[in-house]
Amino acid sequence: MKERKTFRFATTTGGALTALLFCLCGSSLAAPQDVSQSPPGASACLGCHSAGETELPSLKALSALDIETAMDAFRSGGRDATLMNRIAKGFTPEESRAIAQWLATQGHAK
Amino acid sequence: MRLTRRTLLAASAAALAAPALAQTQGKVVVIGGGFGGASAARFLHRMGLDVTLIEPNAQYISCPFSNAVIAGLRDLSQQTFTYAALERQGIRLVRQMASKIDNSVRRVTLADGVMISYDRLVLAPGIDLNFEALPGYDEAASNLMPHAWKAGAQTMLLRQQLEAMNDGGTVIISAPANPFRCPPGPYERASLIAWYLKNNKPKSKLLILDSKDAFSKQSLFTAAWKEIYGDRVEWIGLSGGGKVIEVKAKDKIFVTEFGEHKADVGNVIPPQRAGKIAISAGIADQTGWCPIDPVTFEAKLAPHIHVIGDACVGGGMPKSAFSANAQAKACAYAIGTLLRGENPAEPKLINTCYSLVKPDYAISVAGVYAPAKGLLADVQGAGGVSAANASASVRAAEAQYADGWYKTITQEVFG
Repeated sequence: MKERKTFRFATTTGGALTALLFCLCGSSLAAPQDVSQSPPGASACLGCHSAGETELPSLKALSALDIETAMDAFRSGGRDATLMNRIAKGFTPEESRAIAQWLATQGHAK
Repeated sequence: MRLTRRTLLAASAAALAAPALAQTQGKVVVIGGGFGGASAARFLHRMGLDVTLIEPNAQYISCPFSNAVIAGLRDLSQQTFTYAALERQGIRLVRQMASKIDNSVRRVTLADGVMISYDRLVLAPGIDLNFEALPGYDEAASNLMPHAWKAGAQTMLLRQQLEAMNDGGTVIISAPANPFRCPPGPYERASLIAWYLKNNKPKSKLLILDSKDAFSKQSLFTAAWKEIYGDRVEWIGLSGGGKVIEVKAKDKIFVTEFGEHKADVGNVIPPQRAGKIAISAGIADQTGWCPIDPVTFEAKLAPHIHVIGDACVGGGMPKSAFSANAQAKACAYAIGTLLRGENPAEPKLINTCYSLVKPDYAISVAGVYAPAKGLLADVQGAGGVSAANASASVRAAEAQYADGWYKTITQEVFG
């Protein structure tokens, strides 16, 4: 199954449910991830963002750089969000980059 | 799955990490199979550790979304999970109560007398309702005035009482002082019961008697109640005489310092403390909760025992399923690191709690936490609640995200 190339986090301006339309490959997360090498904060992301299909945006179609860029925009307020703006402010750019790279390594992002 | 260069890269990166994992050895026992304990068992096992999960119940009935069951919006089966996936994964499941912890020899004794030894113990017993803290409210009283603060039969009892109530009746919820499981929970419950009353028993009212003057997401709840439920919902805080000091269960009466309130349906959310085993093993302090190290979750009162979830205390993290799951992963990481003889890096934790005000209207609170001065403290500038002036579509989106969160977390923990 081909992954969708375009992807947006849900935003408060216009089409807040856009993200819901993305039907991503429903690979199961039945096998828990290895957190033994995870950078601070990374494993908590998976409480909401799974590889499976839910109402929440999956990270599957995003690259590590996409995630880092999104976190920077949420942190600066350059991008609206229902909730990620509140989370992103708790992480420095360096922490966000390490998290994004770990998520990609673990197969949560591409 | 289509094999691409990226998946190959990911696979090779995982292979590179493997030698470090192989060195992680040790026997870990986890007590309690809720969001915290079951998560910890899975993540510890994934790291190659020998994991035993001690949990007497064959099924887990989850509290998040159980307020929707009370309001008739959801079935209890949607709250019910088994441990089959954990057993398939290779986690040893022991269906018994842990009756004793002898930490000097690192050993747990089960109800049948069998002993299990550990290198590290993860204690995730959740809460016990404190049936000694509120005069008149014991376990027998909870059959007349349910607490419904542990999901299951109590949830259904409260729902049935609401269904049996005549239109024009009064529902009363009493909320405890902090800290307690799920800080926004009483107010989500009030909202969804008000939704049920509005649609089914429109002459009825709901009263919240509170032992505090401020509560989670207060301004958002208060505004939403006024907008959606008008005069149907009334809240009385501590300084207004809301503190319940006694319950007369037979007559469904809540006694406050200011007088008595008679309910047609009475829901008593009593004071709470860490699960019994934490108290009997001396891991909880005089507050009834277990203080922990914010990096390793090791109990301050017992080395080699790590406490996660509702039973632990040590900073600003609320007692929620999200917190328990995030703590479980941070704790698994710390235990793995300690068992390799290394020092764990300082963690960062996240909490997110959604509350439904009605089926297509949710509000959230989020926080980011890091160790500071021996506690898991709020990271300044982060976190907070949903915008006060958000549009209906944002409230609807948050309700959708609440559903998504529940699917994701229950899949990660039990799926």
